[in-house]
Amino acid sequence: MQQELEVRRNREALMAVSATKAQGTLFKKPRPGEDLIRIFLFLCGMLSIFTTIGIVYELGKEALLFFQTEGFSFVEFFTSTSWAPEIGNIGILPLMLSTLLTSFVAMLVAIPLGLGAAIYLSEYAAPSVRATLKPILEILAGIPTVVYGYFALTFMTPLLRGIFGADTVNFYNMASAGLVMGIMILPTISSMSEDALSAVPRALREASYGLGATKFETVIKVVLPAALSGILAASIIGISRAVGETMIVALAAGAGPNFTFNPFESAETMTGHIARISGGDLAYDSIQYNSLFAIGLTLFVMTLGLNLISRAVSKRFREVYQ
Amino acid sequence: MDTHLTNEAQFKRGLANRQMRGNLWRRFFILSTTIAILALIALFFNVANRAFGYVISDFTPNITDLTEDGNIDALTETQLATIIEDFAPNTLRVIIRNELSVVPNTEFTTTPLNVALAGRNVPAEYAELTINDLEAPDWARIIGLNVSHDRLVDIVTTDIIEEHIIKTYALTESIFEREKIQQFAAEEHPNSVLYFRSWVDFNFITNPGSSDATQAGIRTALLGSLWVIFITILFSFPIGVGAAIYLQEYASDTPLNNLIETNIRNLAGVPSIIYGLLGLAIFVRTLGTITQGRTILSAGLTMALLILPVIIINSQEALRAVPSSIREGSYGLGATKWQTIWRSVLPAALPGILTGTILGVSRAIGETAPLIIVGASTAIFSNTPPDPNSPFSAFTAVPLQIYQWTARPQEEFKTIAAAAILVLLVLLLTLNATAIILRQQFRKRLSA
Repeated sequence: MQQELEVRRNREALMAVSATKAQGTLFKKPRPGEDLIRIFLFLCGMLSIFTTIGIVYELGKEALLFFQTEGFSFVEFFTSTSWAPEIGNIGILPLMLSTLLTSFVAMLVAIPLGLGAAIYLSEYAAPSVRATLKPILEILAGIPTVVYGYFALTFMTPLLRGIFGADTVNFYNMASAGLVMGIMILPTISSMSEDALSAVPRALREASYGLGATKFETVIKVVLPAALSGILAASIIGISRAVGETMIVALAAGAGPNFTFNPFESAETMTGHIARISGGDLAYDSIQYNSLFAIGLTLFVMTLGLNLISRAVSKRFREVYQ
Repeated sequence: MDTHLTNEAQFKRGLANRQMRGNLWRRFFILSTTIAILALIALFFNVANRAFGYVISDFTPNITDLTEDGNIDALTETQLATIIEDFAPNTLRVIIRNELSVVPNTEFTTTPLNVALAGRNVPAEYAELTINDLEAPDWARIIGLNVSHDRLVDIVTTDIIEEHIIKTYALTESIFEREKIQQFAAEEHPNSVLYFRSWVDFNFITNPGSSDATQAGIRTALLGSLWVIFITILFSFPIGVGAAIYLQEYASDTPLNNLIETNIRNLAGVPSIIYGLLGLAIFVRTLGTITQGRTILSAGLTMALLILPVIIINSQEALRAVPSSIREGSYGLGATKWQTIWRSVLPAALPGILTGTILGVSRAIGETAPLIIVGASTAIFSNTPPDPNSPFSAFTAVPLQIYQWTARPQEEFKTIAAAAILVLLVLLLTLNATAIILRQQFRKRLSA
């Protein structure tokens, strides 16, 4: 009896204590450690913003210095066809043209072949075949670009010169660089397109078969349009990678700006020029140093634009299936 | 109905046409895939083909002048020492000092040989004399008595005999046109040696870089790559995973958080050469007092920025795949948010995070363009760059070395570039295999 009473009294005391405690903790208990961690993690995330700001600021600052040089103008930058900043010629067109030309050759290879491979893997290949081929294409995507550059110079160039003759094809030429760049980008396009094709629901295919379409008609007229947003996005990403690719063009496309539309001639691209000039002895704040950042800024704007378009396309034209 | 399908024959012809067209296109789809795979095969084949093959070389002095049967290994120690004496008498003293002397270099020339070479096999008549009292034949005698046979062969083949490559052949040429090559070598270069060489061998891995293709190795570049990668991981892994945790576990749907998210996706698409310019402007120039300019630290930090988006995006995906029941369970037991993340969510997401990190790291290992910009015109242009030994060393890296060797006009540098590519590909393959094994190990443990 006595014991029971004591237990009850103890319990009441305990409850009183926890009641006052509970009143105090109706608000969130402060946890400084947790908050610190949260702040640290937030800063980790913010670093990406700082990186972007850093890129824009540094490229912009040096590019501005470049354009402030006596006699340099924005208009000349985008209209003149001669690039030699040290003697006052600042037309970026020759560099940009060869960038576009190599990218164009690359897309000529990468888009049809990449899309073809994607359609084969997603629509035709047996699951076991697909399971073997997909990783092989992924290997292609993981090979360093300098190795592709070596491939372009020691395999593709001799091949092209063998086919078209050493007189027509320069030892350093844009075609070789572009073709190999196409091979490099192919897996990107095929893997993104394949994802888009696989996401098209089976019911659409079955409905098409039910109407009497052949397999090919189903693929071209039903599946492909349904996956178009993904395929377009993949192609634009591919172009953006081609524009920004450096090592292949630095090794195989040639050194020295050249304003030409002939892919068998040697001409330096924007990236190739940056790599070559910065590989030499470069003095800070010289015109050449600043010019690299002006080219870099142009390149950054081009690739960013392409990436944004790609994102917008995939959002705008996305077909949503229930 | 009848207007469309007036007769069956017409319909069948139409169907046959449609199917034929389908078949043609199907072939094109298969062809595309085949071309991609053929390109991969051609790429590997092209590299392997050039990394092995016949070489025609001139050796000065001619090996047949040194030994009649051309086999240096068969010579005795005394004969080898005599060869060194004949062609480079002054190196004898250096060899004795570096390999046999037990006294400090400064005292070596003034110390009697029984003291300087204590414990070595010194003929009694030399015991009281110093090294300067002797002549080249005496030095050769001491070396012949004391230095090991292997070491002497090594000295003769690397320091005495100089190789001048006349022509290199690819593996396929070496196999299929063997007779033609042998004939060519015998007729055009009768004094030269034709031999089969594997350009990737033990010496290639352990030799430092060199302007002489026959002696050049990849050690300096390999160490440089490892240093850069170490710095890259040190910074990008914690920050990348941290950012992913923030975005996936903490961030609410505010404009700022959405901006961070979009921004990371955009950064992933920025060309690597732009990161190089950023690294040059920020790490090399602005923070030059901390990083000391074009150093491993600058390169590692640039690479870290470059692969951050890859790590963040992959880690986010891994975190997203962790079922929310794991989180709820942890909260239910009274764990705080961070305890939940640290003890429940992260272990479950770790395999995915590690795989993503390894993907990022293998990109960093092969990346060349930013290194050209950040590291240019330092050690990479000297002929024998020193081994990097701290984050503040100047550096070269394997892909950079490949680039420079490939860019040289001489054929033999293309062959050592191929050898370096093989090393790089093996490195990448090992890394990716590790990623796959890691992932499976974790998966097993989690499901158990």
